[in-house]
Amino acid sequence: MTTTGVSRRDFLCVVAGCAAASACSNITHTAWFRKRFAELDADAKAKIVADLERDYSRQYGKDVKVGTTEPMPGVEFGYALDISRCIGCRRCVYGCVEENNQSRDPQIQWIRVLEMDKDYGIDFAHSTPYYDTDKVPREGHFYLPVACQHCENPPCVKTCPVSATWQEPDGIVVIDYDWCIGCRCCMSACPYGARHFNLAPPNVPADEMNPKTHYLGNRPRMKGVVEKCTFCIQRVREGRYPKCVEVCPVGARKFGNLRDPKSEVRYILEHERVFVLKAELNTRPRFFYFYS
Amino acid sequence: MTSSRKTSRSWSLQFATLATGILLAACAEQSRPSWLDPDGTPPPPVADDTQKIEVPPPPFSDDIFPCTDCHDPDLPVNTKRRKLKLAHQDIVLHHDEQHRWCLDCHSVSNRDKLHLANGTLVDFTESYRLCGQCHGDKYRDWRAGVHGRRSGYWNGHKTYLLCVNCHNSHSPAFKPLEPKPMPKPPEPTK
Repeated sequence: MTTTGVSRRDFLCVVAGCAAASACSNITHTAWFRKRFAELDADAKAKIVADLERDYSRQYGKDVKVGTTEPMPGVEFGYALDISRCIGCRRCVYGCVEENNQSRDPQIQWIRVLEMDKDYGIDFAHSTPYYDTDKVPREGHFYLPVACQHCENPPCVKTCPVSATWQEPDGIVVIDYDWCIGCRCCMSACPYGARHFNLAPPNVPADEMNPKTHYLGNRPRMKGVVEKCTFCIQRVREGRYPKCVEVCPVGARKFGNLRDPKSEVRYILEHERVFVLKAELNTRPRFFYFYS
Repeated sequence: MTSSRKTSRSWSLQFATLATGILLAACAEQSRPSWLDPDGTPPPPVADDTQKIEVPPPPFSDDIFPCTDCHDPDLPVNTKRRKLKLAHQDIVLHHDEQHRWCLDCHSVSNRDKLHLANGTLVDFTESYRLCGQCHGDKYRDWRAGVHGRRSGYWNGHKTYLLCVNCHNSHSPAFKPLEPKPMPKPPEPTK
């Protein structure tokens, strides 16, 4: 019966594939028919990155770079925050938004600064991120910025049904936005409220968009995916400090390699009064708070 | 009969203790952070005190430095503690003002320098040595990278700030700041 040598099944597959590819003008063949990020070889990564760079550059009208810098050997990142210094000015929040291309409206902010009452101590039930005053710090209050804690035992990673989020060898918990199905299981698993969901298409003004991005970090996201702090993966894998460290006006934020005994974080862990949030949950955060 | 029961009970007690011990040890092992090297060397002491630290220039007001532009080195210096009337009236000292005044830090012999308690002259670019005389704990922490902001590279070249880049030396308490806008609260559900 088949005179052309093409079966009905093959023909329909090709037609369906073409239709799907043409329906999504921004999303290309490489994005749809690919393996998990961890299974990709260098060539496949390069192709995907090239496609993304072309699409983002067109969308934002500037030369956008998407990096895939690998973790450095012998490095495990750790963060320490001095809550006796933090004054709650939210410079870190907005530095992070600009560096990491977070949506302005609808608003997504990876860092949340909680104002706490000194009478209650660290008590989330008596804290609020919605403080609005002329000057900070306010009398009788202290401030606790919270973002992803990059746990050694991350509940978000365990709960992801499609392995779209995982922990890198340098300790950074990352998300492959192209693999995320938007089920938000990770958000409900995270005890720190560190994950944020793009309920609507994110909106980053083209002139404010940071063109230096990383595939697993601050590249533009799409509607229906989860995002969170990556310790500024695009910066720290090149040796630089995260943006929040550099914008903090009181120098409360410290960052470094936990495996290097000479690093600032190790000095803090050995010499200061250090604690982690919700230690009883055994998430083992790599984000430490301390009183100097 | 009784003694054998007693023995078996003590055996089971010992076994339970042992098992608990092993279990606890296992838990402790498991909760030990992976980055903590068991036989790692302790962190080194803070950098040598004589070692210079790269810092930005001191934040002088416009046209105030060098001081010898106005303070003629040939003129005698009035070392009497007094309220200044001819110049520098804008400086309000809120820095242990009960016990200190200008010449406790600024040198009489060289008007372009500061001096330590032992008389050693230091440049304004090394003013941290002067501050460190009283604020030894902060000085130690600053050298270790704990106090104050650092920028640059976590695994390489770092830039420090001078104490006076953040703290006004004449009124060092950190001033309150205007916070950035608060996040949008979620809309109430209908």
